Amino acid sequence: MTIDEETKREPASSLGKLSRRSFLSHVGAAGMATAAAVVAPLAPSEATAEGQKSPVDALQAPPGTMPVTLRVNGETHTVQIDPRATLLDTLRETLHLTGTKKGCDHGQCGACTVHLNGRRVNSCLALAGMQQNAEITTIEGLGTPDHLHPMQEAFVEHDGYQCGYCTSGQIMSATAMVKEFWGKTDADVKEAMSGNICRCGAYPNIVAAVQAVRRMA
Amino acid sequence: MELFVLVTPRTVPDAIKSQARSNTAQNGADVRFIAGGTNLVDYMRLNVERPKQLIDINGLPLDKIEATEGAGLKIGALARNADVAQNPIVKEQYAVLSQALLAGASPQLRNMATTAGNLLQKTRCVYYRDTAAGCNKREPGSGCSAIGGYNRMLAILGTSEHCIATNPSDQNVALMALDAVVHIEGVNGQRAVPIAEFYVVPGSTPQRETILEPGDLITHVTLAKLPAGTKSTYLKLRDRSSYEFALASAAIVIKHAANRIDFIRVAMGGVGTKPWRSLEAEKALAGKAPTAENFHAAAEAALRGAKSQSQNGFKIELAKRCLVHAMIQASQTA
Repeated sequence: MTIDEETKREPASSLGKLSRRSFLSHVGAAGMATAAAVVAPLAPSEATAEGQKSPVDALQAPPGTMPVTLRVNGETHTVQIDPRATLLDTLRETLHLTGTKKGCDHGQCGACTVHLNGRRVNSCLALAGMQQNAEITTIEGLGTPDHLHPMQEAFVEHDGYQCGYCTSGQIMSATAMVKEFWGKTDADVKEAMSGNICRCGAYPNIVAAVQAVRRMA
Repeated sequence: MELFVLVTPRTVPDAIKSQARSNTAQNGADVRFIAGGTNLVDYMRLNVERPKQLIDINGLPLDKIEATEGAGLKIGALARNADVAQNPIVKEQYAVLSQALLAGASPQLRNMATTAGNLLQKTRCVYYRDTAAGCNKREPGSGCSAIGGYNRMLAILGTSEHCIATNPSDQNVALMALDAVVHIEGVNGQRAVPIAEFYVVPGSTPQRETILEPGDLITHVTLAKLPAGTKSTYLKLRDRSSYEFALASAAIVIKHAANRIDFIRVAMGGVGTKPWRSLEAEKALAGKAPTAENFHAAAEAALRGAKSQSQNGFKIELAKRCLVHAMIQASQTA
């Protein structure tokens, strides 16, 4: 099985069915170096050596892990997670919703922006275990390639990106922003979008895209 | 980040009972309440905070913002910064608080961050954030790398030879100027602490920042009704115009006639080891005319005790100008 095939599957648990990708990500996210003794039970040696060849029985929850039920884009997922897992890491590495990006991982860049109960938040600072009752929306829940959300269409139309890495966060932030209390000017949009950094500097086009959608409303 | 157990108490007493087992309620606590998580999760990821247990208090009924019987306002501990900033009563009667909240962080963070969490916001001192550096606040006795180090952003008021870390909050500066009361429920029942007594300066124990003890849960903050005709404003000066911490900020609450100030409260941010109320400036202005000359004199009084470090001497003049500008702005507000 290739990694691509493997990652397409819906895992019962990121910890129970370790792919090379999810294992490495979790170790990275969990800070293996500083807590090796504690984390060790979560990472069976066969899995480290053989990649996905020796999956742990998903029903045997590794010590220290917790079950969590997340409602993402209208679908319910029950997974076993490390309590340290952020919503961002759980979306990307456990649910394989990789549209949400990891930028700074400190709540400073906005690349990880998702909606929690309709409000934009930094998913890198939200612990997944605390989102049991939340309605979570990611970029995957906004539109599809055939039916783009108006904000996605506007970003394409106005060329609101260059490399595209910050774009899903920009769009999630923008779709929430248009429902908030902001004035009508470009300066208002800049202030409202100040939690989303664009390293390429596509700001003028991002403002144009957001304003185009606001004018349609 | 080190491994922890996440628990979700159903009631306030349950939450208090869990946290009461902590070794401390200050830096280095092994049991922590978590609400928005914007500050705590960040510091846990840096291994600055290493709690063994997290108590998720988001399910507790502490998120209301409501008028009190005395025509003041009660703000729940879990009220989100974004909601407080947009609350009609806050905008109308306590504008300084709404302005301060909107001057802080980003919209995403304001949607997550809570009133009580913001009260306990940690310093951004780079040495506090770096576990490889000496920091008496993070690791008592390890020294202060900021004194003689990179201290451009750090405090000029309330410092000691052990710590010069700045309190980074905007909200708390406004709450200082509004003379807020912090309501705490602990193992021995409830108590109300004026915000001026809630924070402590670092002295020789910079790891201690507030009067909180293990088991203490902030349940809400109350604001008293201000005299009719009172105006207020928050002015924040920073390196860029949005999404940045203050170099100096000022919260002014004022009521005046043409030639007499009847009511004045002055607080400063970005310059103190705690949100800084200036009784000196207030004393200099009480009963005086609201003139630029008197505002300058008050600003001088506010910064008289300031002590600069190798890189932050500019803050003394900046803070004075910030105060004067904010006082003029507040007194001229319609």
